[in-house]
Amino acid sequence: MRLSPSFNRSLWVFHFNSGSCNGCDIEIVAALTPRYDPERFGIKLVGSPRHADVLLVTGPVVHDMADRLRRVYAQMPNPKVVMCIGSCGQSGGVFYDSYNLDGPVGDVIPVDIYVPGCAPRPEAIIDGVVKAIVLLESLEEKQ
Amino acid sequence: MIGMITAAVVGCIGITVYGLLFGLVLQGVDRKCAARMQARYGPPLHQPFIDIAKLLCKDNIIPKNAVTSVFNAAPVIALAASITILLYLPIGSIAPVLGGWGDIILVLYLLTVPGLAMVAGGLASGSPYATVGSQREMVTMIAYELPLAIAIIAIAWRLNAAGVVDPFSLATIAQTPVWSVVGIPGIIGMLLLMVAMAWVTPAELSRVPCDTPEAETELCGGILVEYSGKNLALFTLSGAVKTVAMATLAVVLFLPWNLTWFVPLTGAAGIIADLVFFVVKVLLVVFFSVSLIRVGMARFRINHLVTFYWGYITLIGFAGLLLLVLDAVLGMGVVA
Ligand code: SF4
Repeated sequence: MRLSPSFNRSLWVFHFNSGSCNGCDIEIVAALTPRYDPERFGIKLVGSPRHADVLLVTGPVVHDMADRLRRVYAQMPNPKVVMCIGSCGQSGGVFYDSYNLDGPVGDVIPVDIYVPGCAPRPEAIIDGVVKAIVLLESLEEKQ
Repeated sequence: MIGMITAAVVGCIGITVYGLLFGLVLQGVDRKCAARMQARYGPPLHQPFIDIAKLLCKDNIIPKNAVTSVFNAAPVIALAASITILLYLPIGSIAPVLGGWGDIILVLYLLTVPGLAMVAGGLASGSPYATVGSQREMVTMIAYELPLAIAIIAIAWRLNAAGVVDPFSLATIAQTPVWSVVGIPGIIGMLLLMVAMAWVTPAELSRVPCDTPEAETELCGGILVEYSGKNLALFTLSGAVKTVAMATLAVVLFLPWNLTWFVPLTGAAGIIADLVFFVVKVLLVVFFSVSLIRVGMARFRINHLVTFYWGYITLIGFAGLLLLVLDAVLGMGVVA
């Protein structure tokens, strides 16, 4: 991994819904509104995983999405960060014993940051991004 | 001869550095202005530099089913072509580096090269999204080339009618503002052409409302969908340099005045004053035809884009051209 200060100041985000109820997705969009203005820190929503540095995954992983999630993760160029938004991705949440789940996100791809909540508030998501930046900075020092 | 070649080489290196830096600064200013208009604080001015630094330290993925040579060559060609355009454009009162070797028609052709390189790169990347994006980019290019050509030809023709020698040379156009040779109908015509040019600029730069080929929401980045890391950085830089080129072209065609024509400044002070004045003009152009339009509008659908440019903007351009012709035929303003 080649981490650098510029990486932390320019995180481009790709948003992936692996089976969420859409509650978390709405909160992510809320976190991108002018009220919170994450572009201040260089955070930008991009349309292609090839451009992304951060993968935001919402929801538990349903059978059909498991392979897609793995492929989207593989399509992202290194270095990359995965953030799991919402309780569903952590444990299954309200869907924990559903018959059509492949399990929480952590069982399918490696996750760096979990943001709990159903759905987490935009402040919590931004706090998660700050935690991700702190993590990246500590990794950069170790490098 | 040797002296001329050395001057050209030094000029080329200087222009390259200037184009890259100024282009990224312009993008920063554009992002900041857009943010302020949306009641946001916005990214720092040097955010585009950070983005480029980040892209350069990321992996450069080449998809398995891409045509590797074309896929890798496209960003380099796009950037090289964008920088080449700058070599033929005057900056403030500084004459173009290669001014003696090419005129405005060459610039018109060179402006299409970055777009064509992007189309080639998109088609070579082997993704259906990129293919659709490439086709849209071609359609967009067909749509905006006509109004752009009309604006350029109309101005050069009017200068020719006024008896100006070498009306297609950019140095001539920059030295003799068309506004000073036209009469009342010509001034109205020039205003119309200015409107057409202001709309061609965002299309040429693939910015909202004409970012249909990249359409993040439905094409996931369109032409650029498979590009990452270094190649994406090169395309971003090419877009930045092209912003400088388009804004400079608009300044040369429509706002060519220099400060030294009004204030008696000589030597280095004059050149610096002209440069500052030129930067202000470029910022104005970028603000009005990139930032303001981008914030005020949503994206065109591809068929709307063609109707808009071929219908309305071309009509406005033709009206401007006719008024300029009328101006010369009626003998208003300066006629040779
Ligand atoms: S965590 Fe709650 S809001 Fe988010 S996807 Fe799961 S159920 Fe929906």
